Amino acid sequence: MAHRVEVGIRPEFRDPRGEGVAREVREFLHLPVEEVRTLDVYTLDLGLGDDDLAAVGDALVDPVIQEWTLGEPYGPRGFPGFHWAVEVGFLPGVTDNVGRTAKEAVEMRLGREFPHDCQVYTAVQYLIRGEVLTRDQVERLARDLLANELIHRWRVLSAEEFARAGGFPAEVPRVRGGGGGRVGAVDLEIPDEALLAMSRQRLLALTLDEMRAIRDHYRDPAVRRLRKELGLPAGPTDVELECLAQTWSEHCKHKIFNATIEYHDETGTRRTIRSLFKTYIVGATERVRRGKGDRDFCLSVFKDNAGVIAFNQDWSLCFKVETHNSPSALDPYGGALTGIVGVNRDPMGTGMGARLIFNVDTFCFADPFLEGELPPRLLHPRRIYEGVVRGVEHGGNKSGIPTVNGCVVFDDRYLGKPLVYCGTAGLIPREVAGRPGHEKAARPGDRIVMVGGRIGKDGIHGATFSSEELHEGSPATAVQLGDPITQRRLYDFLQIARDRGLYSSITDNGAGGLSSSVGEMAEQSGGARLDLGRAPLKYPGLDPWEILVSESQERMTLAVPPENLEAFLGLAREMRVEATDLGEFTDEGAFHVLHDGRTVAYLPLGFLHEGLPEMRLRARWEKPVHPEPTFPCPGDLTAELTGLLGRLNVCSKESIVRKYDHEVQGGSVVKPFVGVVNDGPSDAAVVRPVLESFEGVVTANGIVPRYSDIDTYAMAAAAVDEAVRNALCVGASLDHLAALDNFCWCDPVASEKNPDGEYKLAQLVRANEALYDLTVAYGIPLISGKDSMKNDYVHGDLKISIPPTLLVSVIGRIEDVRRCVTMDAKRPGDRVYVLGITRPELGGSEYWAARGFVGNRVPRVRPEETLPLYRGLENAIRRGWVASCHDCSDGGLAVALAETAFSGGLGIEADLSGVAMDRVGRDDELLFSESPGRFVVTVRPEHAGAFEEALAGTAFAPAGTVTADPVLVLHGIDGRPVVNARIDELKRAWQAPLAALG
Amino acid sequence: MPKVKALVLTGNGTNCEREMAHACRLAGAEATVVHTAEVFAGRVRLADYDFLNLPGGFLDGDDLGAAKAGAVRFRYGRVQDNGTHRFFDDLMAFVAAGRLVLGVCNGFQLLVKLGLLPALGERYGEPTASLTHNDSGRFEDRWVYLRVDPATPCVFTRGLDRLYYPVRHGEGKFVTGSPRVLAEMEAVGLVALRYTDPQGDPTQTYPWNPNGSPAAVAGVCDPTGRVFGLMPHPEAFLHRTNHPRWTREDLPEEGQGLALFRNAVEYLRG
Repeated sequence: MAHRVEVGIRPEFRDPRGEGVAREVREFLHLPVEEVRTLDVYTLDLGLGDDDLAAVGDALVDPVIQEWTLGEPYGPRGFPGFHWAVEVGFLPGVTDNVGRTAKEAVEMRLGREFPHDCQVYTAVQYLIRGEVLTRDQVERLARDLLANELIHRWRVLSAEEFARAGGFPAEVPRVRGGGGGRVGAVDLEIPDEALLAMSRQRLLALTLDEMRAIRDHYRDPAVRRLRKELGLPAGPTDVELECLAQTWSEHCKHKIFNATIEYHDETGTRRTIRSLFKTYIVGATERVRRGKGDRDFCLSVFKDNAGVIAFNQDWSLCFKVETHNSPSALDPYGGALTGIVGVNRDPMGTGMGARLIFNVDTFCFADPFLEGELPPRLLHPRRIYEGVVRGVEHGGNKSGIPTVNGCVVFDDRYLGKPLVYCGTAGLIPREVAGRPGHEKAARPGDRIVMVGGRIGKDGIHGATFSSEELHEGSPATAVQLGDPITQRRLYDFLQIARDRGLYSSITDNGAGGLSSSVGEMAEQSGGARLDLGRAPLKYPGLDPWEILVSESQERMTLAVPPENLEAFLGLAREMRVEATDLGEFTDEGAFHVLHDGRTVAYLPLGFLHEGLPEMRLRARWEKPVHPEPTFPCPGDLTAELTGLLGRLNVCSKESIVRKYDHEVQGGSVVKPFVGVVNDGPSDAAVVRPVLESFEGVVTANGIVPRYSDIDTYAMAAAAVDEAVRNALCVGASLDHLAALDNFCWCDPVASEKNPDGEYKLAQLVRANEALYDLTVAYGIPLISGKDSMKNDYVHGDLKISIPPTLLVSVIGRIEDVRRCVTMDAKRPGDRVYVLGITRPELGGSEYWAARGFVGNRVPRVRPEETLPLYRGLENAIRRGWVASCHDCSDGGLAVALAETAFSGGLGIEADLSGVAMDRVGRDDELLFSESPGRFVVTVRPEHAGAFEEALAGTAFAPAGTVTADPVLVLHGIDGRPVVNARIDELKRAWQAPLAALG
Repeated sequence: MPKVKALVLTGNGTNCEREMAHACRLAGAEATVVHTAEVFAGRVRLADYDFLNLPGGFLDGDDLGAAKAGAVRFRYGRVQDNGTHRFFDDLMAFVAAGRLVLGVCNGFQLLVKLGLLPALGERYGEPTASLTHNDSGRFEDRWVYLRVDPATPCVFTRGLDRLYYPVRHGEGKFVTGSPRVLAEMEAVGLVALRYTDPQGDPTQTYPWNPNGSPAAVAGVCDPTGRVFGLMPHPEAFLHRTNHPRWTREDLPEEGQGLALFRNAVEYLRG
């Protein structure tokens, strides 16, 4: 029998969780709520006796601030005036982290362990005071704020109903239903339409060509003979078909990036591109590496879970950024939490495994203050924003990894699909057990060992909207919830196992689950024999194909030599990490899958990994033409600047960033916020991952999707340039800087439903060209990346596609962090310089966007101009001639000057008439153009000569001085003042927009 | 001079063990990071150390409230010897033997929930206080100004006055079961550390007082002064480049956080 425990905060103490809900209900839902108090509810399905139950309070309750009840409601005692009660718990099968911890606490208190199928289930009860609230309003509050129908169940009771029923009943949301272990035979000898229908119905996401390729494989007489010997049906089993679909998925094989593309440009010229990935990304990196010669620092690129570069004699550096967009659209908190905890496993599974040193995250959202009706199934951008921020906060903070850098971009087209980029960097020992730490190889005879969480139906087929409604008793498969603590234990364990040399290869279980992790590692040894029947399950009832492709979180797969198996499993037991021997790596050339000893899949590795037919696509580029803005230069440019500072894309993101622990691990050097009162926006982050040394790691990013409306070539070039500029601002060196590319696109495959697919593919081609051109020009190798190609929302005739978005993340080594520079003006009397050339490039700018224009003259990167400047700046910073350095990006030169001034708590008086410019005819162009390649730099007067010498021959100009008078005064083209504003007013405008968001 | 042996206890969600050990080493101690599992397996004995460090983090995810499940493990967990005995007995013996205990952030929350702080009248093991959600309802990472109570018996803060450290927590508001507890603590100097405004006066004003702690409580010691816990992170400020304004202020090379560890080592050396 299950027991229900309710834990409340004693009435004399505040309940900030309840206060937060009340605030959110009033401000976001505009409902008349007076007060909310919250309770924690534990349903103990442990079969406890009376003595045990008396002791449960010791495990679950803080006696100083909390009270508890057993088998009766706490509400009437602790908060008697409530009018409504809402209780929100999880659907069966959804990860319940608190429940898992509660069970462990009870076990520790009682000194004995309970079997796996005895669990503790948690819920939160909200007691609401609000005399005039109606049931409809409370239902809405529960649905739109407190719960998410994909993972939660909830119940609403009025005070009378509550009293009558004696509160909420004890309910055990255990996954019910038996069965499992079934293997189906699939008949592919069916007409083409039926093959396609099968692909759709089973959510295989395979094209007709791919379905045919699979069918043809099974027609091969040699294959048929072998299958007969193995006792397998002639056609594929469902296990094989699902495994192929995972391995051949866009997510795993990047089919669009590897397609052969016929590209037509606007002049009618036709060109064939054989694989964007090989041509532009691998191509760029190979060229950069050749150019670097002996100074090439790449160690492992494009072949592992993260890219690896050299750091110092003891350590290598790896970095990976991923997206988790669709899950975050469905459940922003769980999606983002899983995103960050998931990307942590990439460096953990790179080479022999990394120690994680920082996280980064970049979000693209619609306006959180959006008013009006939303299309069906979409969550309000404010819920997305708050949920994602909380998810990354929990994922990063609880894992003990500092979140050091990121960006938030707003555009209302992200309403259909928010973008959630999460990245993690790590350090890998140069050597592990006498071999390079960035290499690994499963050997024939090694055991296949899965460690970490158990397998459930989570994330089967990724987060697709299931056609079947979720209901009580059915496990939630669409959405997963990450569990930072299970992963933390796993991570602690793996660090020790690695240093003891207990395994020979490791990879994470992400997309595709075991089918991908074991399937990929099997390539190292030449085969694998995996018995799914041994896999630990969260609950019974899974069929073998489900076990194979489940994406349940917090799992890694390792190759453990048989002689180390006992030591490995023993260490895991002691550290409370579940580890299971699932079979062995072989050299028999096949991925051989069994279930309780019976063969359920046998896939030759050659076919599994190379059998995928190449995709052929067409791309057609037409240059879009937008209306040119016609408005005259505004008279009050101070007001324009103030307005720009308050734009969502420009304003301070401090209310988000403060929630992230950016200092854990003790190596923080350049923080997200700097300046006289720690609130100026850093361009990049620097950490010192080895505390005994002053070597640092720098990271920064660039992202400018607005330019995609004009030309994705310009967009991608600007993203690379912005990332590089940001890194240079704090003291990075172009000699040791590498980049990651993360593409998020709208569907670029033309079809009836997607008539402009050829244009979107052309946009992708152009972005790749720019990526190649710029990384080659700057000598920055691309070391890893990822693409997410279907970021569209479709409902009936309504289609919302994201603007093509490329995030460029850079990482590099800094020789001595004591040379780093921050963006805040340092002292009165320092000289102000503007570096780079300003052109009237306002196409896609924030300034024109504020007036509803896109325009056409998009900012263009000119590496022949920027590269010498960057080299000079890098040198000047290293020599110590620079007091502050800030990049000009969204909002242009005026925004950069304003930020430099108010971050330092100082004024700036600058005459911009002498700034290097080209065809600039208006003051608003001078102030707000977004020409790349520009910086605002301040220099101590005594260093001015040396600084100017370091930059000799590049486009830069002295523009003015830092002043004690806290005012920003800017003189325009003809030398007359055009901006005159108090810095505290500018700062207030910049800080206001997002300050209030939870 | 005998080496001071520092133990940094980790596992199940601690996060700051590496920098805590680094701080101990910079202060001259010999520091070992040990997973709790090693201690419970009986392979590492608390009694072999002089200085126990409980680092920040999220023990068990803080799922039942900050360090609550961790406190259950420390109180009821058993150490394997020839039979078993409670780990808590080892901990009490360690304190009684005159050794030092430092808990930072989650480690402070753990000490309070175990009843090792404030332990008025040296009644260890009876919880009389707690650390609960910040008034803001938010986790925050921000630097705070601190002041040492000149009358405190705390050995870690000897000779120190004003300090500047980061806080990084969501549950840092120090509350007591009754106002009398706080009054008694203040009377005997157990509130070793208080949040202040930039001028150095204890404050209730956000964000200087980041969590709304009554009496601006930031750090608490036991009546012997040898058990000390604080929400701010001294181990996050060991070098001037950790300071948020190091690029604009003239700062000594050594970060202010090291002072607490130096005091501990000096005390243990006698």
